[in-house]
Amino acid sequence: MLNSRLMPLIRKEFIHIRRDPRSLLILFLMPVLMMFIFGYAIDMDLKHIRIGVCDLSRTPASRDLIETLNASPYFDIVARYSDPRKTEGLFTQRIARAAIIIPADFARRLAGSPESPIGVIADGTDANSATLVQNYLENVFVSQSLKQSSSGNGMPIRVKARMLYNPDMVSAHFVVPGIVALLLIMIGALLTSVTIAREKETGTMEQILVSPIKPYEVVLGKAVPYLILAFFIAVFILIFGHIWFEVPMLGSWSTLLIFCVFYVFTALAIGMLISTLVATQQVAMMLSLVGTLLPSVMLSGFVFPVASMPLPLQVVSKIIPATHFLVIIRGIMLKGNGPMELWPSFLAMTGVGVFFISLAVKRFRMKLK
Amino acid sequence: MTNSNALPSSSSHAVTVRNLSRQFGDFVAVDNVSFDVSQGEIFGFLGANGAGKTTTIRMLTGLLQPSSGEGSVGGWDINREYEKIKTRIGYMSQRFSLYDDLKVRENLFFFGGIYGLSRPQIIERIAELDISLNLSQMENRKTVSLPLGFKQRLALACAILHKPPILFLDEPTGGVDPIARRYFWDLISTLADGGTTVFVTTHYMDEAEYCHRLSIMYKGRIVEMDSPAAIKKKYQMTSIQDIFIHLVDR
Repeated sequence: MLNSRLMPLIRKEFIHIRRDPRSLLILFLMPVLMMFIFGYAIDMDLKHIRIGVCDLSRTPASRDLIETLNASPYFDIVARYSDPRKTEGLFTQRIARAAIIIPADFARRLAGSPESPIGVIADGTDANSATLVQNYLENVFVSQSLKQSSSGNGMPIRVKARMLYNPDMVSAHFVVPGIVALLLIMIGALLTSVTIAREKETGTMEQILVSPIKPYEVVLGKAVPYLILAFFIAVFILIFGHIWFEVPMLGSWSTLLIFCVFYVFTALAIGMLISTLVATQQVAMMLSLVGTLLPSVMLSGFVFPVASMPLPLQVVSKIIPATHFLVIIRGIMLKGNGPMELWPSFLAMTGVGVFFISLAVKRFRMKLK
Repeated sequence: MTNSNALPSSSSHAVTVRNLSRQFGDFVAVDNVSFDVSQGEIFGFLGANGAGKTTTIRMLTGLLQPSSGEGSVGGWDINREYEKIKTRIGYMSQRFSLYDDLKVRENLFFFGGIYGLSRPQIIERIAELDISLNLSQMENRKTVSLPLGFKQRLALACAILHKPPILFLDEPTGGVDPIARRYFWDLISTLADGGTTVFVTTHYMDEAEYCHRLSIMYKGRIVEMDSPAAIKKKYQMTSIQDIFIHLVDR
């Protein structure tokens, strides 16, 4: 017999789970709800951006450019005007998010210098969109100017970008694995911290602590059942994301699921650590939500790429388990990566988990204070 | 009257405490307390809420590290060998800490299990205890739906499944009706007659009469300690309650 005292702990925990079907239902339904909200709401492709055009040139070249813009799915021309001073009005009245001013000497400059001959003014209050608008417009201009100049002499270089791994640039393929990472860390931490806090509230933890049970046994007795439960939730939301949002699966399911187990373990470790800091279920819940969701959304690369963060935040992002799991899950699902490519992320992630759990066990010493 | 170091430390003592103190910041919860509890004795800790009874119990059961002082429980040192102490004691906290969503039977199996008892051993013990505790009638009821007196007996059963030679009861009768309390004390007496040392705290003065020896605690100190009869004789009063008020008021 491996450990006769551990089994009663694990068995008891499963009875708790079984006796509370409502919480169990929430645990499986909440991820579905969140997937819908995030999966549809976070559409990072800007389309139908409203722009205003001020054409001072009125040449075939400028009309050609405007036609190109209008034909693209990214822009809707909502205003055509001839007085550049009206531009600001477009923004203050929120008619358009960007404006294009084509100067009177547009055709001449187009033929002459390679410098962008056009004024682009974007609404900076929404910095993200503004940058994207500018990038899109620049692309359009570059191809436009190449088209114009290629009609003459010279050898225009045609830049043709091809997106690997997410060829259609579907946001959901990028976002859904991120949500899986988010949900698992949140649920894992929440489950463990709340169940331990509950035992502190009702005094049963004290009753356990006066028994000859060892601290690591108490921790394991909590970890094993919730590891199993959280793993089932992981499988459920992965399959859901794969089927509903059609996120491709280029790598192997078994590799992903094995990595998932370690990620869930890391989540539980955070929950354990939180439970050693708090006395009530409510505080445990708050701390678990804020402590996992906030860093995982902001700093893990879920939305904002880690590489574009300031250095101190990049360092912080390394101790956030979701940072590493995002590399793993996106790597496996979208790129078909295997353990050979992912082991550094795997080691970092598991290392963070081991660090948290050893901190928790240390704080969880038999002596209360 | 605080006891001196001169008390004899005999091996027949189940619990020995010398100059035990515990501070929480500036607050002295237990202040230089010394006493001995003999084997098979019912030793009562009497005091108002916040007198330091629970803190003392927590130090003796290995839940709390003493700030200073020494002691032993079942022959093991409370500062160093608390892991060994845990195998020798039963503990029932003032809140009857049981799992509400577990059935009576499941609670018994859980607490038996964490003390390392096998399932056949637990079944045997439940049958033994059932004679006096009458648990089997509600074996399959969820704990949450039990009457308080029954919960109290279940908590006691959980604490003594592994036959601990020393039993710590922290206000075991709080909120329970007088008949259930009476019944509970009969059980405690039976246990003590069988050789179990019972260390019990209470703030019900009438319960003091059930104890072989009493120690009255006030603001972290032991202000009186003797048998109920001797204490009454000393102060020429007929009720422990009057003596307690007299001691606390002065």
